[in-house]
Amino acid sequence: MTEMTRRLLLAGTAAAPFATWTRIADAAVPKDTAVFAKQIDDLISLDPGESYEISGGEVVTNVYDRLLRFEAEDLSKLVGGVAESWTVSADGKSFTFKIRPNLKFHSGAPVTAEDAEFSLHRVVMIAKTPAFLITQLGWTKDTVKDLVKASGDTLTAKITADLAPSLVLSLMTSIVASVVEKKVVLSHESNGDFGNGWLKTNSAASGAFRLVSWKANESVTLEANPNFRLGPPGMKRVVIRHVPEPASQRLLLEKADADFARDLTPDQIRPLANNPDIKVESFKAANTFYMGLNLGYEPLANPKVRQAMKMLVDYDGMAKSFLAGRFFVQQSFLPIGFFGAIPLTPYKLDVAKAKALLAEAGFPDGFAVKMAAPNVSPWTEISQSVQQTMGQAGIKVSIEPMELKAVIGQYRARTHQIAMLSWGPDYFDPHTNADSFVHNDDNSDNPKIKPIAWRNRWFIPDITKDMLAAARELDTTKRAEQYAVLQKKVTDEGPFIFMFQNNIQVARRATTTGYNPGISGDLSYFRNIRKS
Amino acid sequence: MTAARTWLLDPAPASRMQARCGRWFRAWLGFRRNKLAMTGLGIVLLLVLMAVFAPLIADRQATTLQDLGNRLQPVSWQHLFGTDELGRDIFARVVFGSRITLTIVAMVALIVVPVGLAIGLPAGYFGGIVDKVLMRLTDIFLAFPRLVLALAFAAALGPGIENAVIAIALTAWPPYARLARAETMTRRRAEFIQAAELQGASALRIIATQIVPLCLSSVIIRLTLDMAGIILTAAGLGFLGLGAQPPAPEWGAMVSSGRQVLLDQWWVATIPGLAIFIVSLGFNLLGDGLRDAGDSRS
Amino acid sequence: MSSLASVGLTFLGLTCVTFFIGRVIPIDPVLAIVGDKASPETYARVRTEIGLDLPLPVQYWRYLLKVVHGDFGSSVITSHPVLQDLLQVFPATLELALPALFIGVVVGIPMGVVAATHRGRWQDQAIRLLSLLGYSMPVFWLGLVGLLLFYAVLGWVGGPGRLDVTYDDIVSPVTGMITIDSLLVGEYDVFWNAVSHLLLPASILGYLSLAYIARMTRSFMLSQLRQEYVLATLAKGLSPWRVVWVHALGNVWVQLVTVIALTFGGLLEGAVLTETVFAWPGLGLYVKNSLFNADLNAVLGGTVLVGVVFITLNMLSDLVYPLVDPRARDQ
Repeated sequence: MTEMTRRLLLAGTAAAPFATWTRIADAAVPKDTAVFAKQIDDLISLDPGESYEISGGEVVTNVYDRLLRFEAEDLSKLVGGVAESWTVSADGKSFTFKIRPNLKFHSGAPVTAEDAEFSLHRVVMIAKTPAFLITQLGWTKDTVKDLVKASGDTLTAKITADLAPSLVLSLMTSIVASVVEKKVVLSHESNGDFGNGWLKTNSAASGAFRLVSWKANESVTLEANPNFRLGPPGMKRVVIRHVPEPASQRLLLEKADADFARDLTPDQIRPLANNPDIKVESFKAANTFYMGLNLGYEPLANPKVRQAMKMLVDYDGMAKSFLAGRFFVQQSFLPIGFFGAIPLTPYKLDVAKAKALLAEAGFPDGFAVKMAAPNVSPWTEISQSVQQTMGQAGIKVSIEPMELKAVIGQYRARTHQIAMLSWGPDYFDPHTNADSFVHNDDNSDNPKIKPIAWRNRWFIPDITKDMLAAARELDTTKRAEQYAVLQKKVTDEGPFIFMFQNNIQVARRATTTGYNPGISGDLSYFRNIRKS
Repeated sequence: MTAARTWLLDPAPASRMQARCGRWFRAWLGFRRNKLAMTGLGIVLLLVLMAVFAPLIADRQATTLQDLGNRLQPVSWQHLFGTDELGRDIFARVVFGSRITLTIVAMVALIVVPVGLAIGLPAGYFGGIVDKVLMRLTDIFLAFPRLVLALAFAAALGPGIENAVIAIALTAWPPYARLARAETMTRRRAEFIQAAELQGASALRIIATQIVPLCLSSVIIRLTLDMAGIILTAAGLGFLGLGAQPPAPEWGAMVSSGRQVLLDQWWVATIPGLAIFIVSLGFNLLGDGLRDAGDSRS
Repeated sequence: MSSLASVGLTFLGLTCVTFFIGRVIPIDPVLAIVGDKASPETYARVRTEIGLDLPLPVQYWRYLLKVVHGDFGSSVITSHPVLQDLLQVFPATLELALPALFIGVVVGIPMGVVAATHRGRWQDQAIRLLSLLGYSMPVFWLGLVGLLLFYAVLGWVGGPGRLDVTYDDIVSPVTGMITIDSLLVGEYDVFWNAVSHLLLPASILGYLSLAYIARMTRSFMLSQLRQEYVLATLAKGLSPWRVVWVHALGNVWVQLVTVIALTFGGLLEGAVLTETVFAWPGLGLYVKNSLFNADLNAVLGGTVLVGVVFITLNMLSDLVYPLVDPRARDQ
């Protein structure tokens, strides 16, 4: 909505300067605007070549179109985005994308293969965090210009790494495959930054929405792109408002000051069931909640101890009480919904069996161990519950709550004993998780990469080979089998206590429909939101 | 009893000891008439008793015992203040939380007073360059934004009671240094101190035996008045997640975790908040009364 | 005494302490920027970019040089220069602090005067209790309870934040204070909405300021009323009302200005908790968020700003200090 019409709308409802208090205090959201109440303080950049936080990814996915997509209408089907069609060479090393004709950027300029080429080059050249997604294809600053080339309306991308074509195509749906408008970006370049400084807070895109403003720790405002290739979005404006407190989110929702609340806890959701104006929907998300056990700490190096500890977590008790609806038990490094993922729940709370295993392992009286955990809900509650159940078998867990970033710091330095954390996939392929949980063929103190297996000193050159083989398997049935074997092995032997996968619970005004947060931020589409 | 009273109120005391005791007693009589101050004293005494006899009042186990099937229960005979988000008894947690509050207050006092005196006394006694240097240091700290700095210290040192205490103490000592300096300067030229100097007593000895006792009463009044501020700062740090860590029943942290359920289970956040409020009110009433008594004494 | 040198010294101390605190926060600032999944090359490059590979004193020296030239660096969280951020968040805090201070002055001073003239009587006791209650209030808790009552249950005031979403982005910032900006362009709806959001946090902070100002006014007034001139003017037949409100109050003005300045300083920094509870995007919240995200430039910039305000206010208090304490004046 333009400034003018909004003003008229406001003026129509109250022309006098002294409007009544009730109206002021209860100003509902206008009909063509959707407001999200959400925690977005993780957002630090909206440049698709740099953004790597959940909130940022969600905005970018709605503002930029990507080469390929999993569209909102069928989240499991790979379809063309900016590319109309694609072909893969027989050896799986060369990918050709035909760019859709008549696509337009928000500026009105046509979207060309050259823009797509520049977008991929740019990601490799500025080498920000998400660059690893495509540098794993073998693209480097020196080679990317030769490997990724536009000609006419086609873009050809060659890879030098051994990876399954389905994985490569999945990567072309990820944030780094967002197509930016070359001319506009280059006009804002300074000191050879490929326009990075400018793109952090501005957009040059062709997606369903245009970025109006991002005010850090306040709000992101998007405006509909009426010329979007799949038709104009339902809402003229979408506002994501930073509301850190779940309780405040709920208040805003109940007062109709927001249409969606994204971070409600089960305790806030339960009372909403009685409110006819509000609906709560659950969607599967793909985060894995687990504990990493550092084999560098002597007792944890013993496989029997690890087995015992896996039996000392009250998975069901937590999932049924304070985590109800928000988490469900999934003891695997792959979240359900991903290719190859199998539902896996071999472990239950079993103190007697755990005690026996501990005795066999030579720790009949247990041992003391430190656990680093983030200092916010639900970590505080989960860690306190684990502390209690482990204590029943004599394992004295002392919790060290700290900022999430501090836990990760310890984890990367391998100075933790137990670290309680979550992991989110980077793209829609099992390799994204496997490559971290099941990758450690260099256990030295300064390897090139620091995957999760390495962080816990789980040295597994053989399993790593199996994992890499699965990544390049061309036959999808075989590939799925390989991942099934890997999952069982890692859950059984690995230094991980996998606990939960999460659901995203979205509470919304009953009259506002059509939003699905998707299994990851990449699939959170705003364009189908409708209001009645 | 009456004999003691007469001795204390004797208008012509026979000894310095009697005079001093009489002065204190008269101040106490004035203080006792102050109903608000007596209320404050009562609250503070109750707090101390609660902390000391906590194990008799509530079950220590109950402060950390989780009962996931019994979460967020309302007030009942079994749970006087209800239960929190992990099914722990809030009454027990509030009772044992008084220990944390008192510990923080006591530890801050134990750091702040000696540091303040150590800086203020020499500054006031020696004057000159010593005074300049020490007071410049004090001024620098006094110019710091206290809460922001305490926040920064606590964030840097990592969360925990000890670190919260250090963070608060680091920002709370300068007024004591100023106070001690001012007191010392006004007594510096007193006859009995000059007499002691003539007798060859060392500066350290004079400060320790003659000046410290004189400063102490105003320091104590100031401290009592500051207690509430210390409690509120500590609770604020706890509220922001920088104070005592779970499962410790620190009141500020309890308010913080309870705010998530404020709309439906108001007691979870409200009761520990009330506890903070009542205790700091107690210290304020007491300190205010003490100051009045002190004012009328001088 | 060269007060300029002393200000410089204080400023140096402040930046120094904050700088070194920033460097020992147990969060890796590079990690805070690049995230956990960055490649080692990206990590190393960013580390060099923000100068963390240099020795600490060199880093500090470089920082000082930049600050002297008005460059506070860029914030990681907002991607903006810190100075630009501060210019945006400071008015938000001011908008909260000014009405609070106004309440404190307009209500607190008369209350203090009344308490002093009615010393020991019920008015005095009531005012004393009222201000001690304010002294003892955990502001974050009062805010929560206030929101529960006045926003959630009664719906009398606006919720957290500065405006309802509907009114966002209508008024472009001139002063940065929404109430003033909206009046400047005649957007009354925005103005009233902003006021409804301001009402609760400003009243709470106002009450706390009032408590302090009333107490201080009372004690200043008491010492004035003991002075001989009061009796003398009364004896001359001037009305007691005039003696109290014009002569005595006139004489404590200077001291009161100091108290008001200090209250103001307290409001600016004490805002951390209020702003957290009310999701108020001001200076306190900015510093807190930066601190929790190891956003070093922002922490330093924010603290320096608060510090500068404090130093200014303290200078004021220093100038007036000898007037306040007669014992120190005798020296």
